[in-house]
Amino acid sequence: MSDSSSIDMSVDIGGIRMKNPVMVASGTFGYGPEYADLVDLNRLGALVVKGICLQPTRGNPTPRTAEVASGLLNAIGLPGPGVDGFVKSYMPFLRGFNVPVIVNIWGKTIDEYVEVARRFDQVEGIAGLEVNVSCPNIKEGSALFGTDLDMFRRTLDGIRGATRLPLIPKLAPNVADITAFARAAEHCGANAISLINSFPGMAVDIKTRRPKLANVTGGLTGPAIRPIAVRLVWQAAKAVTIPVIGMGGISTLDDALEFFIVGANAVALGTVNFTNPAAAVAVIDGLTAYLKQIGASSPRELVGTLAS
Amino acid sequence: MYQENAEVVDHAEIQGGYNLLIMRSSSIAPAVRPGQFVHVLIPHLGESILRRPFSVFKADGDQLAILYKGVGRGTRTLSYLRPGETLNVIGPLGRGYPGLTEGRYPVLMAGGYGMAALYLCARELPVKGTAFFGGRSAADILCVKEFEALGWRVIVTTEDGSLGKSGKVTDALDAWMAGEGAPVLPELFVCGPSGMLKAVAERALGQGWPAWISVDNNMGCGVGACLTCVLKVRNSQSGDWSWARACREGPVFNAEEIIWEAVN
Repeated sequence: MSDSSSIDMSVDIGGIRMKNPVMVASGTFGYGPEYADLVDLNRLGALVVKGICLQPTRGNPTPRTAEVASGLLNAIGLPGPGVDGFVKSYMPFLRGFNVPVIVNIWGKTIDEYVEVARRFDQVEGIAGLEVNVSCPNIKEGSALFGTDLDMFRRTLDGIRGATRLPLIPKLAPNVADITAFARAAEHCGANAISLINSFPGMAVDIKTRRPKLANVTGGLTGPAIRPIAVRLVWQAAKAVTIPVIGMGGISTLDDALEFFIVGANAVALGTVNFTNPAAAVAVIDGLTAYLKQIGASSPRELVGTLAS
Repeated sequence: MYQENAEVVDHAEIQGGYNLLIMRSSSIAPAVRPGQFVHVLIPHLGESILRRPFSVFKADGDQLAILYKGVGRGTRTLSYLRPGETLNVIGPLGRGYPGLTEGRYPVLMAGGYGMAALYLCARELPVKGTAFFGGRSAADILCVKEFEALGWRVIVTTEDGSLGKSGKVTDALDAWMAGEGAPVLPELFVCGPSGMLKAVAERALGQGWPAWISVDNNMGCGVGACLTCVLKVRNSQSGDWSWARACREGPVFNAEEIIWEAVN
């Protein structure tokens, strides 16, 4: 540690104090215990759990994922234990770690979003709420919350009134102007924004001529979407003053650096967790070494340093 | 559960496109229980990003063996790996086969290279019973002598009749249960393609035989996070169904739990 003692890796993301700016993304890390044998959870900047709504949900029929070129297409459909099930089954475990737990929340109606936020406001050990307004795989129209600016605003307004926890809307990538959503988030009192969620996609089995997913369409994640994510983070970061959490296909330190350079204050690793659970810790260690090498004392010195 | 780099010790085709890969894996190998699997990151797979799951065939000391056929991109690419190279492996994973129920006679049912998942089970079971190996042809019947060396009687069937009796593995089970096996109370340990699993489960449920079935669902993460590999299982108390993860609650399930109508 003496080598890196001059480097302060900590960041404050909308009031959430993290020991480093490297998180694991919702939906790619379960609720924590799944990876606890393989990853020292205390090393992570933050852990964002899989999306939680009011009631237990089963999610979509199978097949739910399809491997595609440099990516993964998924339509899991947000199965989960619901608020009460999550708090009962997972919070005692998560409270045993020294890592900010951010709960990703979703609903089928604005009222549901508000109620979920209100309930989590009362739960000990939760650092913040990431608002999933952009899951492409929920039939009831969850994606609309993230692509219709008016719905987006009304949803965030409602949630903001229901909790004091830091709020982090997770922006959908499939919008004409990401800056409008980023600004709306800030205007509605969001403490940070995260982007991008998966990009809607589709794959077909040419032998059977059937969609590869039971849900027909799904969300594309992984390295395939990284250039899209970098562009959107660059645009969004210029549009707001609140912190930006960048994600989309980050697998390595070099990938993460791209996001910091275009303006992300923190990054999240997603699909790579399925392939290499050690990736997040490798990026944290790599980032520390990199900052030392370039003579920087904090990852904050990298943020928004894109050369023209 | 560990993630480690395992060095390939030996890697060769044993017959008909089936390869045996032996690696040195000092953390995973000693921890393996019968019926568990490992999740392997296949190098040089380019744009394919996910790991590939393999049943553990053998685990001895720090050595771990998998047996596979080069059928898809992943397994074909894997087949080029040479001794001295390393593989990143996560394991041991999943819930494997249980021990034998008191008073039961163990019967192994293997379809093709499904026998790979049953070898450790055959080695560990306290009673050595009868193993039924089925395959399309003689080239698909593997390692009979090794199971015999453990003390098992092996009955072979092939669909084309090129080795053993002609027919399906379930035909051989039916014939045996109607004759020589009639007096025994069997307990089945099963691994193979899904059509065969269904056929075996149908008999087991019809006859009230306990049966432990290893399913072969597509997997993503292998550790229970991505929820790709789920199958429908029945809750015996409520009668309702829920999803179970093949990688965590399985890959071995009690035949009674699985909702077979939902299995493709």
